[in-house]
Amino acid sequence: MQAILRNRKATAGGLILLLIVFVAAFPGLVGRDDPQAAIYGQDLGPSWQHLLGTTQLGQDVFSQLIWGTRLTLIVTVVVSAIATVISMVIGVTAAYVGGLTDRSLSLLTDIFLILPTLPLLIVLASYLPPGTVTLIVVLTFTSWAFQARQLRSQGLSLRARDFLAAARVRGERTSYIILVEIIPTMTSLIVASFLGLSVFVVGFAAGLQFLGLGNSTEITWGTMLYYAQQGGALEAGNALWALAPGAAVALLGAGFALVNYAFDEIGNPALRPVRKRRARTTA
Amino acid sequence: MRYVTRRVGLFVITLWAALTVNFIIPRVMPGNEASAVLATFRGVNPAALHALQIEFGVNVHQNLIITYLQYIANCFTGQFGLTAQRVPVLTEIVGKLPWTLALVGVTTIIAFAIGTLVGVMSAWRRGGRLDGILPPMLFIVATFPVFFVGLLLLFVFAVTLNWLPLSSNYSIGATPSLSPAFIGDVLTHALLPGLSLVIVTAGLWIYSMRNNMITTLAEDYVKMGRAKGLPSWRIMTDYAARNAILPNLTGFAMQLGYVLGGSILVEYTFSYPGLGYLFYTSTTDHDLPLMQALFLVYTLAVLVCVLLADFLTAGLDPRTRDA
Amino acid sequence: MPEPLLEVDNLSVSYLTDTADIGAVDRVSLTVHAGEFLGIVGESGCGKSTLLFAIAQLLTPPAEITSGRVVFKGQDLVQLTDGELRHVRWRDYSVVMQSAMNALNPMKSIAAQFKDTMRAHGRMSADAIRTRSTEVLHLVGIDAAHLDSYPHQLSGGMRQRAMIAMALLFTPQLVIMDEPTSALDVVAQRSLMTQIKELQQQFGFAVIFVTHDMSVVAHYSDRVMVMYAGQVAEIGATSSIFERPLHPYSKGLLDAFPSVHGPRRALTGIPGSPPDLGRPPSGCRFHPRCSEAMAQCTTSEPDLYIVGETEVRCLLYAERLRDAV
Repeated sequence: MQAILRNRKATAGGLILLLIVFVAAFPGLVGRDDPQAAIYGQDLGPSWQHLLGTTQLGQDVFSQLIWGTRLTLIVTVVVSAIATVISMVIGVTAAYVGGLTDRSLSLLTDIFLILPTLPLLIVLASYLPPGTVTLIVVLTFTSWAFQARQLRSQGLSLRARDFLAAARVRGERTSYIILVEIIPTMTSLIVASFLGLSVFVVGFAAGLQFLGLGNSTEITWGTMLYYAQQGGALEAGNALWALAPGAAVALLGAGFALVNYAFDEIGNPALRPVRKRRARTTA
Repeated sequence: MRYVTRRVGLFVITLWAALTVNFIIPRVMPGNEASAVLATFRGVNPAALHALQIEFGVNVHQNLIITYLQYIANCFTGQFGLTAQRVPVLTEIVGKLPWTLALVGVTTIIAFAIGTLVGVMSAWRRGGRLDGILPPMLFIVATFPVFFVGLLLLFVFAVTLNWLPLSSNYSIGATPSLSPAFIGDVLTHALLPGLSLVIVTAGLWIYSMRNNMITTLAEDYVKMGRAKGLPSWRIMTDYAARNAILPNLTGFAMQLGYVLGGSILVEYTFSYPGLGYLFYTSTTDHDLPLMQALFLVYTLAVLVCVLLADFLTAGLDPRTRDA
Repeated sequence: MPEPLLEVDNLSVSYLTDTADIGAVDRVSLTVHAGEFLGIVGESGCGKSTLLFAIAQLLTPPAEITSGRVVFKGQDLVQLTDGELRHVRWRDYSVVMQSAMNALNPMKSIAAQFKDTMRAHGRMSADAIRTRSTEVLHLVGIDAAHLDSYPHQLSGGMRQRAMIAMALLFTPQLVIMDEPTSALDVVAQRSLMTQIKELQQQFGFAVIFVTHDMSVVAHYSDRVMVMYAGQVAEIGATSSIFERPLHPYSKGLLDAFPSVHGPRRALTGIPGSPPDLGRPPSGCRFHPRCSEAMAQCTTSEPDLYIVGETEVRCLLYAERLRDAV
């Protein structure tokens, strides 16, 4: 815990995430206008009334960005959480049960890992009715495999440990062992998986919405990007409309990435920055 | 040999999975595909409807298994049906393929080269102020959504500075030829999309290569290399880099799927008329045969690259040769 | 008394991390003469491997030599640059590591790994390289046919022997070994040790041998150094230490091993566990686990005291101070 607070990257990332969560929870405190209201002048540049200008239809970009935060964050967190859970169950079960179960689950994981994510997302999202639920479902469907391998490796190394042998000797069921003994031990790895996955879910969610496949009726950063692109924002000179949501997505991704990077460093001391003293002890 | 067999097996199974996904989804998802297309036509007579159904493989009079097998056979012979514009899907794809191939091929090679060199060097030369700042910064740039990088570049270079074109792969009105003028035109159009891809992909590869290298440098055999008094460069290449890269080749190849996804977004951002842009238009047109075929093309591309990486590993890594 | 081959003088090594500096080796001094076999014994975590790598100048960050000298054949290795060190490495002293599977490059054949070593130290024709490679393999009882094998194709024992063969490529005067037998079964261990001893007698090189296994050290070494918590606990002739151990820790170690010949007796272990080197105990580092601890052991740090031919870091012998040499 101490290590997390002392690590600069973790602090920076954590602050970013906290800020975004705050905006998502209390949008009214930061933005004031109704994001859907198309009552302002069109394609206005930045001003005090409209910090980021207005859209082609006369909506306030800043408000959209603020109010769109909640849904963007919800989608990301829900997908990452469910995918991490699935990933964990599959990875640990494969590691612990072994044999044919392991081989089949590993094969399944491999298939999902090789299939190119965005093309699969596009195909799935096109067939399902548009909406946030669809978005969440398809994203979860394509993301669970990302971390399954690592979780399986960890499960394998834990399998031989004494406390598990003790549980087996006590006569506990396999499912009990997996849920109550193994998984809590892997907490830090699970959190790291969640964070690492979130980095990519943010990008994929935004990418899908950018292409118009998601929930275009709702306001999220991704749908803002879609409408900006459709409305030819850059050509029309309304760069902020196109760039602001993109920057927000990048910021959210960066927040997760920083915290994840810090986790990596804390877990693997070899990755930490090296204090260079005398040249000789390095290679 | 067993290793190779296993990897070829994985190739076949994944390909089968992709084909099956394509087959199953329209039959499972809400909304019959033929009726989705038909919604754009009105007053179609039953015979035409039936013909369309056959064409889309939704032949209600035929056994499902036979339809399935026929569908697979069709895929292998390149019969992917017709697009919404009544053009053979295969023709459409083959026409746009070179543009995407060039864009992705060149950028991937450049990104891999940069990623490997910078990753290896930055792991080798640890210490100093840079070591604490550069890697996380690279990591963050690698996580930037590729379309954001693209939009940013567009804003700076195309809109503000007006140095480079805003979209497409060559100027309107230019006729394709092998003349230097045309090629120059193509290159200026491909520069920004290519740059966006390179930035994000290289960032990702630098990060993974650096991590692999750092782990490898901690190995005993690298210490042994030092102990034997070998020159630094030899330790870095023969003992470290080689052991960092080679076993991970397949892993790198698998990241290609992510790169291809990025290329789709880049093409959309820049209205670059390659396979990615085609993929996008197929979704707005509800052009299901085209969409499915493109999904297969992208999947096949990744599978082939992964298999190539597997073969390379088998050939060069003595441990897998014997496995 | 001829000049020692190796003289380690007050060597200290620390792990310098962002949060704290951890002293792994604290002011260790030892000497090794030509042809001598010095065993270094201690529990896991006592710093013996770190000491070994420090002597061989193979430390990597965050580990660093913070003070002291390592004088080998008259030169202080700590002060040499990388380039100067490279001339000395392998030619004058070589290293054998614990696990050959990890210490041999998995992507290069044995021949290739021998070759790059020889190439690094001068021009030799391909034939000469081949001949020498075959020679050293024969020394350890490996058929030359295995030259083109890869490490994973050899058995554990053969790999370890190949490492020793590689260490002898230039018949150095000192071979430093870090628990080379720990990864092997008892039979292979015995045969490897016999081999090492034979080679030592044949070529006359000195050996520093780190191990946690007292029995290995008892049979083959001339002198023994017992390490505890990064410090020298006791150092002297093997026979002296085994027959009359002075330091309570040495006594504890010996008591934990049964003797095949002697009378049956109950085995005793040493209670407690090694200290956290980030925060070592006050005074004598061993006092929390020592059955003979006195009041002053918690406050005064013992120096190395001379008792006959042995040096021991224990306040029990404090009347006899070590000479400043």
